[in-house]
Amino acid sequence: MKAAIIETVIKIAITLFWVMNLGSLLTWVERKQSAVMQDRIGANRANIGPFRAIGLFQIAADSLKLIFKEDWIPPGGNKFLHTLAPIISFFFVLMSFAMIPIGNTITIGNYTVNLVIVNSSVSLLIVFALMSLGIYGIVFAGYASNNNYSLLGSLRGSAQMFSYEITFGATIIGLLLIFQTFNIQEIVMKQQGSLWGFYPKWGIFLQPLGFILFLTAGLAETKRNPFDIPEGEAEIVGYFIEYSGLKWAVFQLVDFLESVLIGALATVLFLGGWQVPFLMADGFHFGSYLFSLSPTWVTVLQIAVFFIKLSFFLWFFMLIRWSLPRFRYDQLMKLGWKMMLPLSLLNILLTAVILLIWDSYHG
Amino acid sequence: MAELKVKVMKAPAPQKRSLWEQIYLPEIMRGLSVTAKHFFKNLGIHIFRLFGFKPKGRGSVTYQYPEERRPFSPRVRSLHRLTKREDGSPRCVACMMCETICPAKCIYIVGTDHPDPNIEKRPLSFDIDIGVCVFCGLCVEACPEDAIRMDTGIFEIAAFSREGMIYHIKDLLR
Repeated sequence: MKAAIIETVIKIAITLFWVMNLGSLLTWVERKQSAVMQDRIGANRANIGPFRAIGLFQIAADSLKLIFKEDWIPPGGNKFLHTLAPIISFFFVLMSFAMIPIGNTITIGNYTVNLVIVNSSVSLLIVFALMSLGIYGIVFAGYASNNNYSLLGSLRGSAQMFSYEITFGATIIGLLLIFQTFNIQEIVMKQQGSLWGFYPKWGIFLQPLGFILFLTAGLAETKRNPFDIPEGEAEIVGYFIEYSGLKWAVFQLVDFLESVLIGALATVLFLGGWQVPFLMADGFHFGSYLFSLSPTWVTVLQIAVFFIKLSFFLWFFMLIRWSLPRFRYDQLMKLGWKMMLPLSLLNILLTAVILLIWDSYHG
Repeated sequence: MAELKVKVMKAPAPQKRSLWEQIYLPEIMRGLSVTAKHFFKNLGIHIFRLFGFKPKGRGSVTYQYPEERRPFSPRVRSLHRLTKREDGSPRCVACMMCETICPAKCIYIVGTDHPDPNIEKRPLSFDIDIGVCVFCGLCVEACPEDAIRMDTGIFEIAAFSREGMIYHIKDLLR
């Protein structure tokens, strides 16, 4: 019992470490990647002595500035809810990372550790529930600010998230039909092996349509640029218009953490999570040839591959965010309800029919 | 009264999109490939430069301003200067041509007699309020003596007060 508590605390510390660091690193990535894409240099002036470290000190400079800014609560607003809103957003997105496995079960001495904090049989459902609850942060922020623009932003945000939540949930049903489990760690484990010998048996190859729909709906969930309706810099500044200082920084960080979460979910559901192609527990299998590796190296490789896949998604989200213009509100709703939802239902139907035929042939 | 002729323009027909474009995803991928190409090309250039190579191309179209300056055209109009004679006195003869033509009325000249009888006058004071100047260059055009030019290349002009923006003859005679 004691060992289990210590194990969980260590895992929570590790998860917080990589999640928070990745989230704040994304503020730098956003500036630098957009700059490089647009033939600019990007923020590179923040320095300690002669060291500029390609602008990495900008993260510290930004956070220091935001910490020392005045924390202002609008006079007509609800002070309690105004303070609660960023906490709620932050809490639910951080909680979701407890269900993300970064590696396989490992054995230290005679003690086995599963590299996921909550290895529940319904962990995927918990993630989706927590992501839906995250809407409350937006709603409270808009309501408590006593500002019409905030309220409009929060209404838009909740409308968008509700619409895309349905598609978001429906896209993974196809995947669940194939893997027949809600446990994320088990879903990752079932993506081991290969399809017809050469494709890795990843969700993206089993569910190509589902993957595209999942990624699009996931982008809408992160509320970043092509689906930037809640903020809409040119129209209303958004639900956090009355926020300043650290509370605003928390909202901004939640945006980035949601990108990380969607990237991590896409990785574990569709890109095989920590699975490395051809890598089994004892080494690489190429046909009958075996390149054996020690269990330590296998674990290191698996965790590294998880983060490489995650970084690819983060890079891709940034690429989309800095390439595509924002949808108009009606276009967003049309895309969500008239195109994505029918397509995701079609995806479920197709998967079910194919599975039925497959099962009748293979017993 | 002349007859008014109104040409009625036809509204352009809405652009026809092919099915391929209406699927939307391939076109998005095409757009993303353009930005991704820029990203990888520039990233490659930056990484090569970091390791001391000299790659072709700059990797950015921006100038890192305080260290790196944009090359200007030789004709650029920058801060004024008053040209000098061989003995170091200003060439200006206080004819008031520049003060007259100045559209912003930012030149203030007080003339006085020149000690040399061959030269009619000299400026006792020659002030330009740079804060008001519009850098049109008409003073340079108007000057019959080639006494004022705008070729210093200085364009970082700043002061802490409005008085500080007034450049006197000693500032301009450089």
